[in-house]
Amino acid sequence: MSDTSYDMAALSAKHSDAGAASRLKKRYWAEWRLKAYGVFAILLAAAALVILVYTIVAKTLTVTNEYYISLDVQMEASDRQMTTLTDGNPDTSVDLKGPLRDALRDAANTDLKGRKARPLYDLVSRFEGYELGGIIEANPDVLGSSYHYEALLDDSVQLYLKGDFGFLEDAGSRGNLTIKPGESDDQVILEMPTNALGQARLAMREDRSQEGRVFRRSAQDQERAFNETQALLDDATDPAEKERLQGLLDGFDAQQKDLFGRADAALNAATDQQHVFTLRGDDPSVFIRVNKGWIKITELASERMVGTIMDPLDSMDAAAEGSWKALLLETPESVRQINDRQALWLENFKREDRLVTHFNKRVLLSSDSSNAELAGIWGALIGSFWTMMVTFGLVFPIGVMASIYLEEFAPKNRVTDFIEVNINNLAAVPSIVFGLLGLTILLSGVKLFGVDLFDGLLKTIAEDPRSTPLAGGVVLALMSLPTIIIAARASIKAVPPSIRDAALGLGASKLQTSTHHVLPLAMPGILTGSIIAMAQALGETAPLIIIGMNSFIQDPPGGPLDKANVLPSLIYLWNNNSERLFDGKTAVAISVLLIFLILMNALAVVLRKRFERRW
Amino acid sequence: MLDTGATSTEYKITANKVNVYYGDTQAIKDVDVNIEANAVTAFIGPSGCGKSTFLRCLNRMNDTIDICRVTGEILLDGNDIYARAVDPVNLRARVGMVFQKPNPFPKTIYDNVAYGPRIHGLAKDKAELDQIVEQSLRRAALWTEAKDRLDEPGTGMSGGQQQRLCIARAIATAPEVLLMDEPCSALDPIATAQVEELIDELRQNYAVVIVTHSMQQAARVSQKTAFFHLGHLLEFGETSKIFTNPDHEKTQQYITGRFG
Repeated sequence: MSDTSYDMAALSAKHSDAGAASRLKKRYWAEWRLKAYGVFAILLAAAALVILVYTIVAKTLTVTNEYYISLDVQMEASDRQMTTLTDGNPDTSVDLKGPLRDALRDAANTDLKGRKARPLYDLVSRFEGYELGGIIEANPDVLGSSYHYEALLDDSVQLYLKGDFGFLEDAGSRGNLTIKPGESDDQVILEMPTNALGQARLAMREDRSQEGRVFRRSAQDQERAFNETQALLDDATDPAEKERLQGLLDGFDAQQKDLFGRADAALNAATDQQHVFTLRGDDPSVFIRVNKGWIKITELASERMVGTIMDPLDSMDAAAEGSWKALLLETPESVRQINDRQALWLENFKREDRLVTHFNKRVLLSSDSSNAELAGIWGALIGSFWTMMVTFGLVFPIGVMASIYLEEFAPKNRVTDFIEVNINNLAAVPSIVFGLLGLTILLSGVKLFGVDLFDGLLKTIAEDPRSTPLAGGVVLALMSLPTIIIAARASIKAVPPSIRDAALGLGASKLQTSTHHVLPLAMPGILTGSIIAMAQALGETAPLIIIGMNSFIQDPPGGPLDKANVLPSLIYLWNNNSERLFDGKTAVAISVLLIFLILMNALAVVLRKRFERRW
Repeated sequence: MLDTGATSTEYKITANKVNVYYGDTQAIKDVDVNIEANAVTAFIGPSGCGKSTFLRCLNRMNDTIDICRVTGEILLDGNDIYARAVDPVNLRARVGMVFQKPNPFPKTIYDNVAYGPRIHGLAKDKAELDQIVEQSLRRAALWTEAKDRLDEPGTGMSGGQQQRLCIARAIATAPEVLLMDEPCSALDPIATAQVEELIDELRQNYAVVIVTHSMQQAARVSQKTAFFHLGHLLEFGETSKIFTNPDHEKTQQYITGRFG
C-alpha cells in the first residue's frame, strides 16, 4: 500500500461527472466498431462463398444435358464385319460408320461425298459407329431394318448448341426481296429496300470502326520505332550503318502509311451509309433464308447483297415481306469450331426436330476419355474410393495405437516431448513434401553414395506401383497421420481421469483401462478427427501428382493395384485440357468432390453432436 | 499368502515409517498406522495434510503418478505391498477404492457392478455373475432402487445413488479392505446419511478406511481416527478418545474448529 491516502469520495464522484458520459460513449463506440468489423468480415467471407458456389453450379449446369441427333439408320454390315460381330467376343468391335454416314446425309438432304462431306460427319461423336456395331452384336435381328438411333453429337457441336459461339439472331428483314442469278452457278444477287438488314449492317459498322481504331493505334505505335531509329541515324557516322538505318526507317514509314491507310478505310466503311461491306472470315456471318433454301451473304450494301447458295432454293421468285428472313451469327467463322456450313445443317436439323437432349448421365457414369463429349468422372471416383480405403486402413489403426501409447503408456520425458513437438510439426509440412517422400521411399528407392540402399518399397507388392491407389493411399496416409494422432490424443486426453481411476481402482490393468473405458469414450472424437483428415486427403492433389496419379486412365481401377486417377487430379487434368467442353465437366467433377467433402464433414458434425459427452 | 506373524494377526494393514515424495516435495513423513479388520478407520486433518495421499498408498494408486515415490513399508496381512513380487493389479482387487466424486462408468448399472468380477474372472457363468451383482447392490442398499433399471446407464442416477453404485461396484470385486476418499463430499445430507449407514454395515465384512473433512462424520462412522497434519500423523487412536480427550493440542484445536 502506498502512503498517499486518496479522497475516495472524489473518486466516486467521477462516475457521475461530465467526463463519465463521454468515456462511456467511447467504450460503446469501440464495441460498435468491433462488431462492425466482424459483420464486414463475415459478409466478405459469405460473398466469396456465394461467388464460388455460383460459378461452380453455373458451369455444372452447362453440362447437365447433352445433345443427340435422331437418325434413321439402315442397319447393314459387310460380311467381314459380320464375322467379327458374331464371334461372341464382346471385346472385338466394328465401326459401322458407313450406315451412320448414309443416315446423316439423308438427314441433311445432301449428296456431298468423300472429303466434302467430312464436316457433316464431324458433327457426330467419333465412336458412334462402334455403338451401332455394339447394337447389332447385342441384337442381330435389327440387321437389314431401318433402326431409329440417337447419335451423340461432337463436343464442339454441344458447345455451339448451348450458345458458346452465340446464336443465329434475327438480322432484320423488311420489305420484298428480289433474287437474280449471279456471275457463277451458286451465286445470287439480292435486292431489298434501303437498310432492310439494319442489324447486320450495324454489326458490320461496329466491327469496322473497332478495326479502324486498332489499326490507328498500331500505326501510332510505329511512331516510336521510327523516332528511335531516326535518333540512331542522326548519331551514326559509318556510311554502311547509315544506309542500313535509312532502310529500316523507310520500312517503318511505309508500314505506318499502310496502317493509317487501313485505319482510314475501316473508319470510312464504318461511317459511310452507302458502303458495300465485303464479308470475310473474321466478320460476323449473315444468312438469308428464302424459298426453302439458304444463302450465305458475301457482299452487303444497303440495298443490294451478293450471296452464295448453301442449300438450293425452290425457285428464284421474289419473296414478299415475311416470307424471307436474314439471320446473323455474330461470332466470326474463324473463331468458331463450327463453320457456316455446319451451322446451317444444325439449323436445318433443329427445324426438323432432329436434335434431342437427354440428361447427361455419361459425365457421372463413364470414365475419362480424350473425346470431351464422352468423358466422365466414374474412373476417378473409383480411384478416389480405393485410395481412401488404403489411407484409412493404414492411418486409423496406426494413428489410434500411436496416440493410445503416447497418452496412456509412454513416460512423460524429453523423448516423448520431442516426439510430440515433431508430430505437431509434421502436420504443418506441405503436402507436396509427402509426395516427394512417397516417390523416393515407395517408388524409386534410395541410393546413397552410388550404393542402392533399398528399392521402392511398394515394388515388393506390385510390379509397377506408380499411379496406383496403393501408392497414393500410402502417401496420403503419411500426410494425414499427424492430423489423426493429434485429434485422437486430444480426445483421449478429454476422457476424465476419474474414469481411469475407477477402472484402476477395481484392479483393471492399464491395457484393460484403455481398451474397456478410455478408447470407447474417446472413439467418437477419434472418428470425427479421422473423417476430417480423410476429407482433407480426398481433396489432396499435389502429392498424388508427384507419384503419377494424374495420367490419362481410361478404365476404372478394379482394385488398389490398378492404375488409377483420383477426383482432384482429374480436375487438374481436365482443367488443363484445351477442349472447351471440359470446362463444364471439370465443374461437375468439382461439384461431386465438394458434395463428398460436405457429406463427410456433416457426418463428423453428426457424430460429434450425437456422442458428445459432458462430464 | 496369509502370514500368521504376531503383529499382523491383529491388524489388516500395518504401515511402518512411510514417506511419500512428489518429486522434491515430501507429502508424507514417517507415518506409522495400524488398520484393524472389521472396523472403520477415519483419516482427518486440514486440507493438504496428506491424508488422501496416504490413502492412495494403501492400494498403490499413486503408482499412476510418474513423479510419486514411496519409501517405508506397508503390510497387508503381513506382506509388503510394495514388494517387487506384488502386482498392483492384484492388490487393487483386494483393496478396493471409492472416490470423492461418484465416477460410474458410462455403461449400464449391471455392467458397472459386473465389471470387476468379469475382469477378475470371479463368476463361472452368467447366473453366478447375476448373483454377485444382486448381492453387491443389496449390500450397497441400492437393490430396491436399481433392480428394475439394471440396463439403464449408471450415469443417469442421482448423485447419492451413483456413489452407492460405486460402492457396490467396489464390493463386487470382493475386496478385503475398502478405501473411501471423502465419499460424501459431493452428496446432499440425505444421501450422506444413506452412505454413512452403509459404511457402518460394511464394517461387518471389511476393513474400511475413510478420509473425511467432516468431524461429525468421522465421529459417527469410525472406531479409530488418525489425525494428519502437514504430512505427519499427529495422533491415532480410539475415535471416542480423539474427539473427547485428544493428547495433542493441534488435534484439539482442529476438532473444535479453530483451524482447518
